[in-house]
Amino acid sequence: MPNYRIHKTEYIDETKRVSFKYDGKTYYGYDGDTLASALLANGIHLVGRSFKYHRPRGIVSCGAEEPNAICQIGSKKELTEPNVRATELELYEGLEASSQNCWPNVKFDIGGINNFISPLIPAGFYYKTFMWPKSFWKKVYEPLIRLSAGLGKSPIEPDPDIYDHKHVHYDVLVIGGGVSGIIAAKMAAKNDLKTLLVDDKKILGGSTIYQNNETIKIDGKLSSEWLKNEIQEIKKLSNLTIKTRTSVAAYHGYNFLLAKENLTDHLPEEKRRNKIRQRLWKIRAKKVVIATGSIERPLVFNNNDRPGILLSNSINKYLDYYGVTCGENIILFTNNDSAYETSISLHKKGIKNIIVDLRKSASSELIKQAESLGIKIYFNHVVTNTFGYRKINSLEIMKLSEDGNTTVGNKIRLSCDCLGMSGGWTPMVHMHTQSGGKLDFRDEDQVFLPKENSEDQISVGSCNGDFDLENIIDKTVNKINKFLDIDNQDYQDTNIICSKENDKRNIWLLPNKIPLGKTKCFIDFQNDSTAKDIKLALKEGFRSIEHVKRYTTTGMATDQGKLSNMHALGIIADTAGVKMGTLGTTTFRPPFTPLTFGTLVGRNVGKFFEVVRKTSMHEWHVENNAEFENVGQWKRPWYYAKKRENMHDAVQRESKAARDSAGILDASTLGKIDIQGTDASEFLNRVYTNAWSKLAIGKCRYGLMLNEDGMVYDDGVTTRISKNHYLMTTTTGGAANVLSKLEDYLQTEWPELDVYLTSVTDHYSTASICGPNSKKILNKLFPNLDLSDENFPHMSFKEDKLENINCRIMRISFTGELSYEINIESKYGHSLWKMCIEAGKEFNLTPYGTETMHLLRAEKGFIIVGQDTDGTMTPSDLQMDWIVSKKKYDFIGKRSLYRSDTIREDRKQLVGLLTDDPKEILEEGAQIISDVKSKPIDMLGHVTSSYFSPNLNKSIALAVVRSGKTMKGQKLIIPMENKNINVTVSDTIFLDKENKRLNA
Amino acid sequence: MFLINCPFCGVRDQSEFSSGGEAHIVRPKQPTELSDDEWAEYLFMRKNIKGIQFERWNHAHGCRKWFNVVRDTSNDKILSVYKMGEKPPVNYK
Repeated sequence: MPNYRIHKTEYIDETKRVSFKYDGKTYYGYDGDTLASALLANGIHLVGRSFKYHRPRGIVSCGAEEPNAICQIGSKKELTEPNVRATELELYEGLEASSQNCWPNVKFDIGGINNFISPLIPAGFYYKTFMWPKSFWKKVYEPLIRLSAGLGKSPIEPDPDIYDHKHVHYDVLVIGGGVSGIIAAKMAAKNDLKTLLVDDKKILGGSTIYQNNETIKIDGKLSSEWLKNEIQEIKKLSNLTIKTRTSVAAYHGYNFLLAKENLTDHLPEEKRRNKIRQRLWKIRAKKVVIATGSIERPLVFNNNDRPGILLSNSINKYLDYYGVTCGENIILFTNNDSAYETSISLHKKGIKNIIVDLRKSASSELIKQAESLGIKIYFNHVVTNTFGYRKINSLEIMKLSEDGNTTVGNKIRLSCDCLGMSGGWTPMVHMHTQSGGKLDFRDEDQVFLPKENSEDQISVGSCNGDFDLENIIDKTVNKINKFLDIDNQDYQDTNIICSKENDKRNIWLLPNKIPLGKTKCFIDFQNDSTAKDIKLALKEGFRSIEHVKRYTTTGMATDQGKLSNMHALGIIADTAGVKMGTLGTTTFRPPFTPLTFGTLVGRNVGKFFEVVRKTSMHEWHVENNAEFENVGQWKRPWYYAKKRENMHDAVQRESKAARDSAGILDASTLGKIDIQGTDASEFLNRVYTNAWSKLAIGKCRYGLMLNEDGMVYDDGVTTRISKNHYLMTTTTGGAANVLSKLEDYLQTEWPELDVYLTSVTDHYSTASICGPNSKKILNKLFPNLDLSDENFPHMSFKEDKLENINCRIMRISFTGELSYEINIESKYGHSLWKMCIEAGKEFNLTPYGTETMHLLRAEKGFIIVGQDTDGTMTPSDLQMDWIVSKKKYDFIGKRSLYRSDTIREDRKQLVGLLTDDPKEILEEGAQIISDVKSKPIDMLGHVTSSYFSPNLNKSIALAVVRSGKTMKGQKLIIPMENKNINVTVSDTIFLDKENKRLNA
Repeated sequence: MFLINCPFCGVRDQSEFSSGGEAHIVRPKQPTELSDDEWAEYLFMRKNIKGIQFERWNHAHGCRKWFNVVRDTSNDKILSVYKMGEKPPVNYK
């Protein structure tokens, strides 16, 4: 097996060998490696196939910007993770990783045929091709596209890992632990500011930490040695917290940031058990220092995507940090000084390399050093093509013309096994722009820089466009002193020698003799978009960068265009003949690198996903085989199935029993608001449509509440307990909103009213007993209470004791039956329920759930707000004009009841529907029409409630129908997928119109 | 995520609050006297300003009090908070 690890470094522990599997084969690396460095040490460059053309692709970078080396890790169904960047994944014993987007394997991939038919797959291919015939979309195109789309595979079982959230507050947050971040953190912490320093890598130090060129020195030491001292020092600072393996994902307003800390991803699986995998830090910082650095740009030339072509600086890091060389015969292609650092480093380790430089000449100390070492430099030359299928084996260079627009002279073919590209540096302005900051464009080296306009955040170091060490340190120190309003002198006498210069020759799309249409000059490696695609988009009329991006998909892959966006912009600007700065950029959105769902959700999984509210009687319902329905956060019994009963059977039985003898419902979830104060009656007058002043003490009244737009908002029965004391009930789902609305009016519109609102929903449990035998059951429970119609009529209220515990009893009915609601303090709810059940045994008292409740009330034509209404129904639309007071001067929504729109006669109105076939049950939500032949078919309304009534032995339904009020007796049609159902419009009350049963 | 200085409780995270739209829209004292247009003006019309906007907020998961906020919608900076019934600060007109 080849070994490309050519020297020892302090970051690789060669005493700890680590075995791992890649594409099923076992390899070895060392503790300290990433998957990428370990693969390179084994001579493996080819790690995947490109998304569209399935071209062989290799590792390009050494960090978060990696477009190619993304892999699937883990073999277990619940733990596998797709799209992991091998360049960031720390190697651990037993790691299993595989390449993505290739079949049957990365070396021989069927999809590679796309590369040869690529002229047939231009930008916008999908939009253009799969348009017709229309019928092909669903059956042919979409399944095909879905099959070939996507990169990795999602885990298909619940994530067993533990994730955590942590909220923290700091005076200063420093993002990035490179040289400028370390300086900033030290200055802040030493000046008594509580500081947090985060860095996404395993160790601090950024790219300076492995710098070893003796022409770049600080205080007479190698810059890396100097920085190590600094790191030792800051580790001693008591008010500085350092978090490594922590990457900031999002920078929101008010200096609220989210960072993901990786805690166990670098450990062997058996050491992860019961540990938190990742922690999401929710950081509030008074001030934020952004020191996120910059990433090297590739260069855009023909076949710039072959395995073995990397960023020049990454070759340097693999060499000096990991001890791995990316080749034995390396060519570095550059437009600036930084590739020379790589070149000299390679040379010193005995790796043969030559430089192709776009610049006509250059004369910094660094270049002189390279020249003196005898490194061959081709100035004013450009790479025009590369060769080698699974790995680069040679390339061609040509001389550049004077203006740099064309090539001249003869091709020179050079053999190599690795190519390093350096197109200069792109400052990582993501954090700055996410926070709302704007950008400036610097023409001389073609970079976007943060425009400083905030007192709360600042960018320092190379993310601010300061690329040489002298500038980085001086400017960082000055800016941080000013930003934090401190006077730190630590770096005043720091002596910096830097041999690099910023001189650069920027050409976005490099010239070539071959017509562009026949080249493959990749811009976005992961989404396979080329310079040709960008130009095609412009030719087809796209101008906005946001449109070009979406049409060509440049920058839309999992790497979010970290390497590609600038080139796309540059080529658009050049082609359209506009200045780069005027084009703007696409939007930098969070997260900076992908986050797992687990991190975002934290501990709010399983039973902690949402609050569950249970009534005091809940255990009884469970014991008695209730199926539950979620109503808001409440669990309500839906129906109680007996043996061999399905839902329909259970509901039919419950409904019949409630009307024939007695039924009992847990009504505890209904919202209950206690209303007190001298203006309580006036308040109710203003919030309900009907009048309340004359309601006698001890009486109950049904009320309808509107929004200011006149639409029904909520309903419920309110009881007058004493002169200035009412108990309001609301719908279960509307309780919280009703309270908020009432509080809003009290605080903002009517602060003069003396009214106090208290939510008592959870304080009382309610058992509702209905049916002809309910009075007898009540009598057993409350033998001293006079239940006669004279003393305790319908819509009235009494208080009595049940074994010395106070109960509030309302004789009110939502079923149309004689009915009592018993309220008791919640802690007694369960006992109350059991006592009711016991007392009701001889009367076949049948517990019923929400489904039966809905059925019973529908028989009686009572509405359910939110089921028969949808925020567009007025009281009149519901045929409930009787509840709207004509006398009251004002109430919420009154004025809207005679707006031109609300008095239209052809509004949708509530009606009853009876099916011609009484056994046919309509589907709720079904559309209603009158004529099957008209085109387009006129939709008149829809079914809102539908049941089979066991008491009437026929199907009944409520519906909203245009002009429904005038249609009684009319025939309508419910068109279903395979038949039309004939119905007749009826009254909304199907049972006991005379209210005889209420006093049965 | 804003930090909002509740006039009753002090600075709290935005997640404790709910927004109530534009402030200083007074409910007409005599709605019945209004024409459809005048009522519609109260009911539906909102400014939705880019720039300095007066808005209502409720400390829903705190003291449940409503109060007013002056916010620059172009950068989300909250410039001032004041209680219901208090006059809006004049320097933000």
